[in-house]
Amino acid sequence: MNKIKIFLLVLCFAPMALYAAEPGMPLDKAPIDTSDNESLQRGAQAFVNYCLTCHGASFMRYNRHRDIGWDNEAVVLNKLVMTGQKAGDLMVSAMRKNEGEEWFGVAPPDLSVIARSRGADWLYTYLRAFYRDDTTVPGWNNLVFDRAAMPHVLYEFQGEQRLVVKSVDGKEVKSLDLVKPGSMTVSEYDRYVADLVNYLVYIGEPIANERKRIGMLVMIFLFGMLGLTYLLYREYWRDIH
Amino acid sequence: MSKQKNSFLEWIDKRFPMTVTWREHLSEYYAPKNFNFWYFFGSLALLVLVNQLITGIFLTMSYKPDASLAFASVEYIMRDVDYGWLIRYMHSTGASMFFVVVYLHMFRGMIYGSYRKPRELLWLIGMAIFFVLMSLAFTGYILPWGQMSYWGAQVIVSMFEAIPFIGETLHNWILGDFMLSDAALNRFFAYHVVTLPVLIVVLVFVHVIALHEVGSNNPDGIEIKENKNPETKIPVDGIPFHPYYTVKDIFGVVGFLIVFCGIIFFAPEMGGYFLEYNNFIPANTLQTPDHIAPVWYFTPYYSMLRAVTVNFLWIDAKLWGVFLMVAGVAVFCFLPWLDRSPVKSIRYKGPIFKFALAMFVISFFVLGWLGTQSPTPLYTLLAQIFSVIYFAFFILMPWYSKIDKTKPEPKRVTK
Repeated sequence: MNKIKIFLLVLCFAPMALYAAEPGMPLDKAPIDTSDNESLQRGAQAFVNYCLTCHGASFMRYNRHRDIGWDNEAVVLNKLVMTGQKAGDLMVSAMRKNEGEEWFGVAPPDLSVIARSRGADWLYTYLRAFYRDDTTVPGWNNLVFDRAAMPHVLYEFQGEQRLVVKSVDGKEVKSLDLVKPGSMTVSEYDRYVADLVNYLVYIGEPIANERKRIGMLVMIFLFGMLGLTYLLYREYWRDIH
Repeated sequence: MSKQKNSFLEWIDKRFPMTVTWREHLSEYYAPKNFNFWYFFGSLALLVLVNQLITGIFLTMSYKPDASLAFASVEYIMRDVDYGWLIRYMHSTGASMFFVVVYLHMFRGMIYGSYRKPRELLWLIGMAIFFVLMSLAFTGYILPWGQMSYWGAQVIVSMFEAIPFIGETLHNWILGDFMLSDAALNRFFAYHVVTLPVLIVVLVFVHVIALHEVGSNNPDGIEIKENKNPETKIPVDGIPFHPYYTVKDIFGVVGFLIVFCGIIFFAPEMGGYFLEYNNFIPANTLQTPDHIAPVWYFTPYYSMLRAVTVNFLWIDAKLWGVFLMVAGVAVFCFLPWLDRSPVKSIRYKGPIFKFALAMFVISFFVLGWLGTQSPTPLYTLLAQIFSVIYFAFFILMPWYSKIDKTKPEPKRVTK
C-alpha cells in the first residue's frame, strides 16, 4: 500500500518532468527528403558535433551510414567519430544518465527514434523556436516546448530571439523576433536545421527507403498474382451455376 | 507410379485416417455455392493466425523480456537483425489486421444470422477465440515496453482494483508487484508466447470441427442440408470445399495480401493507429503521458469504460465502467437467444432489424473514435448516448426481431 502512495505522490510531480508540448501551437512543415544523401551527411555531421555530446543515438551504429553514401568504414570514422570508438559501435552519448539529471534536471533523451514519436515538423519547429528567457534555469525557453530543459545549443548559428506577445482580437498571439543575428542568415539556419531533422528522420528508421523500394516489387508481384488467381478461380467455377 | 502411390496411401490409411479426413473436411465437405465477399474472412483469420505464430517465433529469438532491455531489443530487431524490420512489421500489422478480419467475420455472422440454431455452439467457440485474441493483443502490446505499452496496460490492470474487497490483492497477484514492472513484463511475455497461442490454436481447431459438424451458413440463411439429392445424399446447393473454395480463397488471400503488404511496406504505423507514436518513447514509470489511448481495436470498449461517470446503487462509477466494458464484449454471446426472427439472413429480415443493425454499426464506430480522443464533457455525453444505442441493439432484439416484417425465405440458395 505504501509503495502505491509513494508512486501516486511521485505521479503528482510528473508534469514537472517537462515533456508536454504547448497545445495548439502551429508547426512549420519540415522541408526534408530522406533520399538526399548530401543533406543526410550534413545532418549527420551536425548531429555528432552538436547533439551527440549529451544525447545518444544508441540504437544506431556508425557503419550503418553506408545507407547514406558512406560505405567505407574509414570514411565513416573520419567523418563522424572523434573518440576511440570503432565503426561497428553504437552511437552512445558521452554524458552519463546521472550527470544529465544533475546538470539539466532530466537526462537528455536518446534520439534514435525521436522523429518517430515527435514527428519531423515538431523537431523542425522546435529547433528554430528558442528564445531568451531569463526566468528559466538554462536562460532559454521554447515556443513549442515550454520550459524545455535544453538550452539553445545552436544559438551561435541562429542568434538570439525574443518573445513578442501581441493581442489580436482579444487573443494572445506569440511570435519570435530575431534581436541578435547569429553567424548564419535565417535561410541558412533553416537549411541547417532541416538537414539535422532529415538525419533524425533517417536514424528513426534507417530501412525506410529500402522498405518502400522492396514494397514496390512486392506490390507488382501481388497484382500479377491477383490476376492469375482470379483467372484460376473463374476457370474452376465455370460450371457452377 | 500411381499404383505405388496408392499402396503408400493404403499403408498410411491403415494406420491413420488420412484419406477419410481429407474427404470429410476438404474434398467432400459440401459448402453452399453462394458464398460472397463476406465469406473470405474466416480463412483470412486463419492466415493471419499462422502469420502471427511464425513471425512471433522469429521475434522471440531476439526479443528480451526484461524491463531494462525490452525497448532496445525491439529496435535491435528493427535495425540489426536481417529482415527483422519486416518480421516485426508483419507481426505488428498482423495484430491489427487480425482484429479487422475477425470483426468483419463476426459482422458476417450478424448479418446472415450464422449464430442461429444449429450454430449456437459454433458462435460461442468463436467468442472464446475473440476473448483469447483480445488477451493476446493486450499482452503483446506490453512487450515493446514503450510509454503506451506501459500506461495503456496500467489503465487495464487498474480495473482489477475496482473489484470490491479482493481488488487490490488480485491486482498485486496478477502483476507480481505493487505496480506494473519487470515481474509483470515477464509473466505477460509467458502468456503471450506460450499459454494464449496454445489456447487459440486449440480453439480454432475446435471451431472448425464444430463448423464441419453443422455445416456452413450462407447469405440466404437457409439450410442446404434440408435439400439433398435423393441418390447421392449430397446437398443440391453444396459444392466440395476443395477445389472450389480453396481456389476462391487463394484469390481472396492475394487480395488481402495487397492491403496487408501495402500497410507493412508503405504505412507500418498506419497514421499512429497500428503503432502509436508515443510508443516510440521508452516506458517511464514516473511520467504519465498527457493522453492515454489504447490501440484502435479496443477503443469502442474503452469508451464504454469511460462513459460511466456517476456512482449508482452504492457501486462506484469505475466498477460500473468495468462492468459495462466487459458486457460490451460478452453481450455477443447472447445473440443466438436474443434473435427471435423467423428468418436468419438480413436479405429476408425487415426494416426494423436493418435500422437497428445500422445504428449498432454507427455506434461501434463512434465509440471507437471517441476512445482515441481525450475526454471532454461533450465527448463523454456522446459516449454515453452511443453506449446506450450499442446495448439497445442487443437488449431490444427479442422484441423487435419478433414484430419485424420479414420476407419469405427461398427454397434454394440464390445468387
